[in-house]
Amino acid sequence: MATGAEQTGGGFPVDPLHQFVVQPLIPLNIGGLDASFTNASLWMVVTVVAVTLFTTLGMRSGAMVPGRMQSVVESFYTFIANMVRDNAGHDAMKFFPFIFSLFAFIFFANMIGMFPYAFTVTSHIVVTFALAAVVFVGVTLTGFALHGVKFLKVFVPSGVPVALLPLVVAIEVISYFSRPISHSVRLFANMLAGHIMLKVFAGFVLTFMTMGAVGYLGMILPLFMIVCLTALEFLVAALQAYVFTILTCMYLHDALHPGH
Amino acid sequence: MIAEAMAQEPGSELIAETHVPDAEHAGGFPPFDANTFESQIVWLVLSFLALYFLMSRVALPRIATVLEERRDRIADDLDQAAQFKRQTDEAIEAYEKALAEARAKAHEIAQETRDRLHEETERQRLAIEARLAEKISEAEKQIAATKEAALANVRSVAVDVADAIVVQLLGEADRSASERAVDTELK
Repeated sequence: MATGAEQTGGGFPVDPLHQFVVQPLIPLNIGGLDASFTNASLWMVVTVVAVTLFTTLGMRSGAMVPGRMQSVVESFYTFIANMVRDNAGHDAMKFFPFIFSLFAFIFFANMIGMFPYAFTVTSHIVVTFALAAVVFVGVTLTGFALHGVKFLKVFVPSGVPVALLPLVVAIEVISYFSRPISHSVRLFANMLAGHIMLKVFAGFVLTFMTMGAVGYLGMILPLFMIVCLTALEFLVAALQAYVFTILTCMYLHDALHPGH
Repeated sequence: MIAEAMAQEPGSELIAETHVPDAEHAGGFPPFDANTFESQIVWLVLSFLALYFLMSRVALPRIATVLEERRDRIADDLDQAAQFKRQTDEAIEAYEKALAEARAKAHEIAQETRDRLHEETERQRLAIEARLAEKISEAEKQIAATKEAALANVRSVAVDVADAIVVQLLGEADRSASERAVDTELK
């Protein structure tokens, strides 16, 4: 909000994109690799620490009859375990730690991003694409490792007339390779758009505030919108983490059981 | 190396920092700023690997253990409950069997008592009947004797009457003739 005070005149009081700027906190260069510890890195570490504290402190007592925190942690665990079992099958449970980490990381990153002044790690395409690429490469390698050449059956849906087969296979191949793109852009765009919208409405509030008495009346609407959008953003934050994870489960299902 | 990096990097950073926020990403949209990709990926890999190892080695096994222990415990408790139920059923069965037995025995005893009483009554009845029959035969005998005596009297009375009638008719009578006549008539 301080930026609003600096900028006067015709400019918009808050820069909605400023929240996404990656700023190095500790510049680091290891063997030509830019490993600067940035605000993005900081919030990634915060996310990891938060997940770790959540899952370990909640289970500290390991009670037979769980307390409140332990119930939350256990629900979190069984929720993801059921998601993996239902969508990818029982044999996918060996990937459960990865999928749990993936969901926990995205979920916590999204939620932490809802705090004012926090940086939303998942609002950067490079992060979501890296995660989606790991899933894509991992799933593809798993498929070939388990089924060899038979994994290519994933491109050939059963029960399709031979005449249509070339077309269908082409579509399947394209859809398979566009998976990491849609997978990553969905999460990235949702987080980005939500945060921009919140900032834009906050800007409206500030603009109205500079208008005096009439402005105070006028700012009620955007303020109300911020409240509603915040609630919506919490939903989106949870939902997108869920969507990302469930898609991972479905891709994994394809790798484990190719041929529709 | 860090010092070297410090010397190298901050220069550009400082320039970026001194710009007004608007100009800071004038080159474009921050998420598409390729200069930040390298460091983000490096730290994403580091933090995600750390998270993966913390979860798979520390947190998840612990949660799994607790959940499994609870599941086992619940299964055990259910087994135990089933066993108790079985025992209860057995106890009920035994109780019902005992009850049926007791009922049968009570019935038997009642039947026995009834039979015994019946027998005794019968015996007493027979004794009384025997006694009565004896008395009856005695009485009959007495009646027969009385009858005989009476019949004997009848003869003497008949002789007397006949004698009297003959006396009335003839003025005198022969007693022995009357006796003969009566005897002939009575035969």
